[in-house]
Amino acid sequence: MNAPILSIKNLCAGYRGTEALHDVSFDVQPGSYIGICGPNGSGKSTLVKVILGLLPPTRGEVALLGTQQTAFRDWQRIGYLPQGLQFFNPHFPATVKEVVRLGRLAGKRFPKRFDREDALAVERTMEWMGISHIKGCMIGELSGGLRQRALLARALVNEPALLVMDEPTTALDPETRESFYRLIYEMNREKQVTVLLVTHDTATIGEYASHLLYLDKRVMFYGSFDDFCGSEEMTGVFGEHAQHLVCHRH
Amino acid sequence: MLSYGFMQRALLGGSLVAILCSVLGVFLVLRRLSLIGDGLSHVTFGSVAIAMLFRLQSVYLMLAIVPLVMASSLGILKLAQRARIYGDAAIGIVSALGIAVGVMLASVAGGFNVDLFSYLFGNILSISAGELGIAALLFTVVLLGVAVFYNDLFASTFDEELAKTSGIDTERINGVLVLLTALTVVLAMKVVGIMLISALLILPAVSALQIAKGFKTAIVCAAVIGVLTVVVGITVSFLANVPTGATIVLINFVVFFLAFAARGIFRR
Repeated sequence: MNAPILSIKNLCAGYRGTEALHDVSFDVQPGSYIGICGPNGSGKSTLVKVILGLLPPTRGEVALLGTQQTAFRDWQRIGYLPQGLQFFNPHFPATVKEVVRLGRLAGKRFPKRFDREDALAVERTMEWMGISHIKGCMIGELSGGLRQRALLARALVNEPALLVMDEPTTALDPETRESFYRLIYEMNREKQVTVLLVTHDTATIGEYASHLLYLDKRVMFYGSFDDFCGSEEMTGVFGEHAQHLVCHRH
Repeated sequence: MLSYGFMQRALLGGSLVAILCSVLGVFLVLRRLSLIGDGLSHVTFGSVAIAMLFRLQSVYLMLAIVPLVMASSLGILKLAQRARIYGDAAIGIVSALGIAVGVMLASVAGGFNVDLFSYLFGNILSISAGELGIAALLFTVVLLGVAVFYNDLFASTFDEELAKTSGIDTERINGVLVLLTALTVVLAMKVVGIMLISALLILPAVSALQIAKGFKTAIVCAAVIGVLTVVVGITVSFLANVPTGATIVLINFVVFFLAFAARGIFRR
């Protein structure tokens, strides 16, 4: 077995005294596709924030690519796609190309300047994502689906080893959502990018992800979908019908 | 008109300040921090009063108030980050403190009210060679700061959370932005006066944002609008013998209106 790309041990985290995650431990192997599900308030987004260094844990350890997160500096190897931008301004005057290029800042040293290699990576990623034709368009003028595709290109422009996504399809219509999931699946298969996808879409994730991490402040289940489907403990939690709906493969 | 030394100095000094205000204005407006210029200008009022208490004038006064305004800009940032209050409230607190200190000192010390209030409305036509030298120095420092941190500033303005996940220390970048703004506000005090500094930070930026396609284009566009409006404003003020600061602001408003109308027409 390879060294885990992400290793979490006895992690506790929360906000102002309220614990959102309790004693969470799991490893993610390179090339896997993990669907992270759980009810509202189960700590899914908190887990993402801790992994990305946006929220310090109250206890426990997070290691990214074999390095303790507090000492981790290779952020160009981690891609992140949020549900939407934190305070998205539809009039923000940035073109798609400018936004995708921002992803290349990760890992650059002071003073951060873009070079020819960056320009080539940006062009290559936009072509791969099928957004070259809109590279001069303003990000705020795009549809939700195209905007998420542009932000995905930003997350992938460094060809990261790990892609973390927090409910990236929430604002998308079912058709766009489906094609988005397919794109992530192909990327995971073809480029061996490890994927961590937080989603409420338990009925769809089973079609694409290799593993399921079910959170409810603690890890309720972590394993393959086959294991999930055969787990009597999960039958007790979800009921047989819901368990098979999530699995999608039996 | 250009044969007058004071006009040459006014046009040069005004253009330097216009470039800085416009470039920083784009970042501030997009971060919804437009009114930080207003807050810092009020702090400048208090700082000028303190400097005058020590009988400092001209270049020495400008140099003396720089650290006070810079410290206040960091104060606004720290208040917003640590005191669980929104940025606008933090600006309001520091701004009110600046005005209160200015008024109190003017009242207690007496004798410099006329000088102090002349800073409220500025007078670029009276800029001295020494002040122009300081303006050129601060211009170089601020523009270099923007150039060096440009990509980090852009990334944190676009989305702070995404910037953090790219390994950008956004707290440090926010600090850099407010410090550069503080230096610019001190410079702009002479051009449009304390009362109208925020207009020079906001108007060229919002005019550029009406028409620009792309972030770099917005920055360049704002700088061009800023310089043009300051040059035209100083010229009109000289020819028509009207207050310079107010003329610059009114011309900026006309440009904003035209850019706003142009946006509406081209969108149809």
